[in-house]
Amino acid sequence: MAETKTAAYICKGCDIDKRVDVAALVKTATKSGKMNLVREHDFLCSAAGVAMIQNDIDNEGVTHAALCACSRRAKTEAFNFPNTAISRGNLREGVIWIRPDTDAARETTQEMAEDYVRMACAEVKAMTVPGGNPNTGTVKTLLVVGGGMSGMTSALEASKAGYKVVLVEKTGALGGWAAKLYRRVPTREPFKAPEDNGVTDLVARIEADSNIKVYLSATIAKTDGAPGRFKVEIAIESGAVANEDIGAIIQATGFTLYDANKLPELGYGKSPNVVDQAGLEALAIAAAAAGRPICRPSDGQPVNKVVFVQCAGQRDSSGTHLPYCSGFCCNTSIKQAMYFKDSNPDIDTVVLFTDLRTPGNGEDFYRAAQNKGVIFSKGVVSDVSAAGNACSVKFKDLILNEEVNTQADLVVLATGMVPTSGPDLDQLSEANRVAEGGDPAAKQHVVELMSKSVLNLTYRQGPDVPQFKHGFNDSHFICFPYETRRTAMYNAGPVRRPMDIAQSQEDATGAAMKAIQAMENAGLGRAAHPRAGDLSFPTVRLEGCTQCKRCTVECPFGAIDEDEKRFPLFNESRCRRCGTCMGACPVRVISFENYSVNTVGSQIKSVEVPDEFSEKPRILILACENDAYPALDMAGMNRHEYDPFVRVIPIRCLGSVNTIWITDALNGGYDGVMLMGCKHGEEYQCHFVKGSELGRYRLSKVGDTLKGMNLETERVMDLEVAITDMATLPQKINDYAALIKSFPPSPFKGF
Amino acid sequence: MTSVVATNQTILVVGGGISGMTAALEAAETGKQVVLVEKNPYLGGRTVQLYRYFPKMCHPTCGLEINLRRLKANPRIQVLTLAEVTGISGDRGAYSVSVKLKPRHVNSNCTACGECGRAVQTEIADEFNYNLGKIKAAYLPSSMAYPQRYVIDASIIGTADAERAKAACKYDAVDLEQQEETISLNAGAIVWATGWQPYAAEKIVYYGYDRFANVITNVEFERLADPHGPTGGKILRPSDGKEAKNVAFIQCAGSRDENHLRHCSRFCCMASLKQTHYVQEAFGDAGKSTIYYIDIRAIDRFEDFYQKVKTNPNVSFVKSKVARITEDKAGNPVCNGVNVEGYKRYATAHDLVVLAVGMEPSVKGMDIPGEVMSDSSGFIMADPANAGIFGAGCATNALDVNRAVQSATAAALRAIQVVNKVARAEA
Repeated sequence: MAETKTAAYICKGCDIDKRVDVAALVKTATKSGKMNLVREHDFLCSAAGVAMIQNDIDNEGVTHAALCACSRRAKTEAFNFPNTAISRGNLREGVIWIRPDTDAARETTQEMAEDYVRMACAEVKAMTVPGGNPNTGTVKTLLVVGGGMSGMTSALEASKAGYKVVLVEKTGALGGWAAKLYRRVPTREPFKAPEDNGVTDLVARIEADSNIKVYLSATIAKTDGAPGRFKVEIAIESGAVANEDIGAIIQATGFTLYDANKLPELGYGKSPNVVDQAGLEALAIAAAAAGRPICRPSDGQPVNKVVFVQCAGQRDSSGTHLPYCSGFCCNTSIKQAMYFKDSNPDIDTVVLFTDLRTPGNGEDFYRAAQNKGVIFSKGVVSDVSAAGNACSVKFKDLILNEEVNTQADLVVLATGMVPTSGPDLDQLSEANRVAEGGDPAAKQHVVELMSKSVLNLTYRQGPDVPQFKHGFNDSHFICFPYETRRTAMYNAGPVRRPMDIAQSQEDATGAAMKAIQAMENAGLGRAAHPRAGDLSFPTVRLEGCTQCKRCTVECPFGAIDEDEKRFPLFNESRCRRCGTCMGACPVRVISFENYSVNTVGSQIKSVEVPDEFSEKPRILILACENDAYPALDMAGMNRHEYDPFVRVIPIRCLGSVNTIWITDALNGGYDGVMLMGCKHGEEYQCHFVKGSELGRYRLSKVGDTLKGMNLETERVMDLEVAITDMATLPQKINDYAALIKSFPPSPFKGF
Repeated sequence: MTSVVATNQTILVVGGGISGMTAALEAAETGKQVVLVEKNPYLGGRTVQLYRYFPKMCHPTCGLEINLRRLKANPRIQVLTLAEVTGISGDRGAYSVSVKLKPRHVNSNCTACGECGRAVQTEIADEFNYNLGKIKAAYLPSSMAYPQRYVIDASIIGTADAERAKAACKYDAVDLEQQEETISLNAGAIVWATGWQPYAAEKIVYYGYDRFANVITNVEFERLADPHGPTGGKILRPSDGKEAKNVAFIQCAGSRDENHLRHCSRFCCMASLKQTHYVQEAFGDAGKSTIYYIDIRAIDRFEDFYQKVKTNPNVSFVKSKVARITEDKAGNPVCNGVNVEGYKRYATAHDLVVLAVGMEPSVKGMDIPGEVMSDSSGFIMADPANAGIFGAGCATNALDVNRAVQSATAAALRAIQVVNKVARAEA
C-alpha cells in the first residue's frame, strides 16, 4: 500500500476569502490539521483547481485530501477523485452563508471556519479508501418462490435478460390464482370485455425456456448464506431434496381469499347459493365446460338474478375483519356480472357497493358494464339469508336512505386478499421468548408459526422477510417501493400489496429488475440501496468483542448472525452500510473504512473548545446526512442565519451514533450536543428503517451519564428534522443555543 | 458542442421526473450506461412540486435527495437538462436519436453562489410554483435543483440585464453566446417517462377556473401549502390574500367524464384527503374541508388513511358531482349541486375551491418519434411487436408515485433485456 500523504485545499471562491482570513485557515490546516501539503485556490472547483488536486494525487503522492470549500452535496462532479480519501470542510453553506457579514460576527465566523478546517483534516486522516468486500458470491441464478402470474412473470423477464431461474411452486401445477379464473379483467384497449386468463400462454413459455428450471409440489426447506451465495434446499413432495446455488430471491407467494366462513351474517356456509369470488369462477368454468349457462348450485336451475356484495369482510374498522381494501374486487365483480350479461342480458345483476373503485382504464370497464345493464347500487348489506333455493339480501340503500330487501338466486361475496407471507417475525420472536420457559404449548406455538415459513432463512433475525402492514411484505417507502428489509430478497404481487393481475405482472417485472441488480452488485461487493455502490463494509475487531449481541439484534437488515462461539458473524453482502451496528457496539469494535467511531470522534476532538471565561460555548450537532444535513445546507443557500457556536458533523444515520461521541464531546468541554434525525415510529422516514428509532432509544439512556457527570440532562437534545425544515431549523438551533447559554459553562473545559 | 458518449448498449431515458430518474438509476446501478434527458433545467419532475406525499405525509424532497445522491455517485449516467428528443431512427438495439438542447446560458463553472440572481432586475413568472409568484430572470429553480446551477432566462438575452448577470459572475459561468444545438446519439433501448400534466381546468367550463380567482387546482394548492412556495406555506386565497379556512375539494374534476378524461386518475382522491390535512395543519379546528365526491377511491392500505380523515370532525364528505360553481358578492366561490345521499339541493359558499384535476399523459397528442402505441386516452401501451421503446410511469397509466416507480423499475428491466441482447451479439 502506498504511503499516506495528506493534503488540505482551501477554496477562496464564493467570497470565502472576503469573509474569512484564508491565510489563517492555511495555517490551521498545517499546524493543527498537520497536513503534509496545504494549498489555497481562488476557485477550487474550476478545471484549474481540480487539475491542481489531481496533479498532487498523480505526482505528489497525495492519498488523503481535505477539500475545504462548499458542502459535500455541492460540486460533486468536479470533486470526484476515485481511490483517494476525500473529506469536505463546509466553509460556504456551513459558515459564511449562515453568518452575517458584519464586523461583530467576523471573529466567531473565523473560528467556525477554522474548526471546520480542523474537522475536515481530522476526518480524512482517520479514513481509508474502501477496498471492497472480499466475501462476495457471484452466483447469478434467481430463485422465484411461487408459480402464479407474478412468479412466472418474474421468471420469464429475468430469463429474457439472460439470467438463469429456479422456480419453485408449492402445488402440482403452475398458474396460481389466475388459473382458477374463467376470464380475467381486460388489460388492453378497449377495456370492455373479460379476456382470456393468460395462464396457458405463460406456462407454455416457461416450459419452452431453457433458462428456467421448475420444481412443482416443492417448498423451500432452508435458505442459507447471503446475496450472491445463497444455498437453498428445496423439499419436494416425493421426499427428495434438491440443492440450488442462488444469487437473489423473489417471493411471489400470492394470497388466499379471506375466509368467507367468517361472514355467517352474509349467508356463507348456510346456502350453496352464496359463494365467494373464487366460487363463482369455479361455477363459470364448470358451466363453460358443460356448454351451459351458470346455474344455481342448490338445484341446478337457471339464475335469474345475482347480487354481488362488495367489501365483504373488508374495509372493516371494527377490528373483526380485514381493515384494508383489496383493490381488485370491484373490477372482478364487474367481470363476473358480465359473465351473466354476456350469456343472457335478461339476467339481473346488481352490484352493492359503498365506493366503487375502478382506477385508470377500469373506468371504461365499469362504463361497459353499465351499458350492458349491470345495476350498481350504493348500499351496505347487513344480512343474507337463504330460503329454499332463493337468497334474501337485506341492505341499506344509501341513496334512497331506506332499508331494502331483495331476492336473488345467487349471491357473490367479494372477500379480499390475505397475503401468504409467512409468520410475522415480531410474533415469532415473542413466541420464542415465551417458549424458552419450556412450556410445551408455547413450544408448539413456535412450531406452528415456523410451519408457515416460506423461505426458512437461517438468519439470526428470523426465517422470513419482515412484514410491513396487515401481513403484507410491502416497502414502507413511497419513492422506493421495492425496499424490503432483507438484501436481495424482493416480494412481488399480492404478497406485497393487494393488487390485480395486470399490476402484479408489472410488479413482478420490477422485482426481477431489483433482484438482477442485487446479484450483480453482490458479485462486485457493492452495497444495495440506499447506499448503492458503497464499497465499504463493517469490520469487527473480535478480540475486543464482549458478545453482548446488540449488533446482531439491532441490525435492521438481518446482516449479522452469530458463529458457533457466539461471536457476531457479519455477512457483508447482506449489509446496507447504515452503521447501526457501529452505533450499538458498547466496546466500539465495529467500524467502516470511511466511517468509524474514529472518523467522527477525531472531528469532535479536533474542535478548539475555548475556556470557560470566553463566553463562547461549543455545541455539537450530529446531523443525519439525508434530511437534516440537506436542510442545513438549504438554510445556508437561503441565507438563514444561525448560531456561530455550533459545529455540525453529518452522520449516515442516527442509528450509527455511538454514545461515546456524546460523552467524548461533553468530557471535552462541549456545552451541548444536538442530534438531528428523521421521524421514527409508525410513519417512520428513516431509510435504514429502525436507525432513527434505535438512535433515539440509545439517547434516552444518556441521561444517566449526564447526571453522573453532574450535567443538566437538557444539554443533550434530540430533534426530529425533515428535509424541508430549512426555514425553521435555524430558529430551533438558536433556541437550543440560548438554552445552553443559560446554563453555566461546562465544567469539563480545559481538561 | 455538448458531447455525449453513447453506444448501442446505452439506454436512453426520456424524462427526468421520479419515473425517469428511477429507470435511469436502476439500469445504471445494474452496470448499464444511461443517458437521461430532461426538458426542464432540473430533475425531479412533478413530485418535487408536491408539499407532502400520501399516506405518510412525508416530503418528496427526501426521496429526491437519495436519488440525487445515487445519481452523483454513479458515473454511468449522463444527464442532459433543457433537452428534448426530436427524432428517433433505426430499430431496437440500434437507435439513432437526435436531442435538441436549449441554452441555459450558464456553464458548469457555476457555483450557485447567486450573484447573477442578485444582479438581474427583470422578474419572470415562477413556473416551479405554477406561476403563482415571480422570480428573477437569473434563477435556481429550487433549493433542491439538480444540476445545482443557475439558469438565465431566454427572455433577457440581448438585454442589459443579461450583461449584468454576466458581469456579476466571477467564474465565467455566464455564457450569453450559448446557442440551441441538436446532438445525435446512439441507444440500444429507450425508456419514455415523460409523465403527466394536470388536466386543463379551464376546459371544465362550469367550474369557472379561468373566471374565478378563488377556484384553483390541486397541484396549485400543493404550492400554497409548501413553506417554500409563493406564500411561505400560508393558505391564502388568490383574490384578496385572505386565509382560506373553508376549503372545498371537487373530485373527478375532468376525470371519469366522457367529455373530458374517460379514465379515473387514481391519485386525486388520496391527494384531496391529504390536502385536508394541510387545512387542519394551518388552521386547526377553524379549518374546514368539504370533499365533493362520486366514490372515494382510497385503494388497498390507503383505506387506513381515508378512515382516519373520516374521523376528523372538520372534514365533511358530500356525495355529489358539483354541477356548477358561481361566485357570491364577497368573492366566495359557491358550489351548486345535489347531494345524492338524500337528494338535497345545496348552494354552499367556500373561501376557496380546489379542483382535483386528473392526470393527462404528457405524451397525448405528441408525435413520439419512433414506433410507440398509445391507447385512446393517450397513455403508452405495451406493444410486444415493438420491443425497443418502453413507456414508464405516468406516461403509461394514471399512477400514484409508488406505482409510477414500480412501472419505471419494470421498464428499466425491459430496456436491459434489449441491451443485454446487443451485448451478447457483440461479444
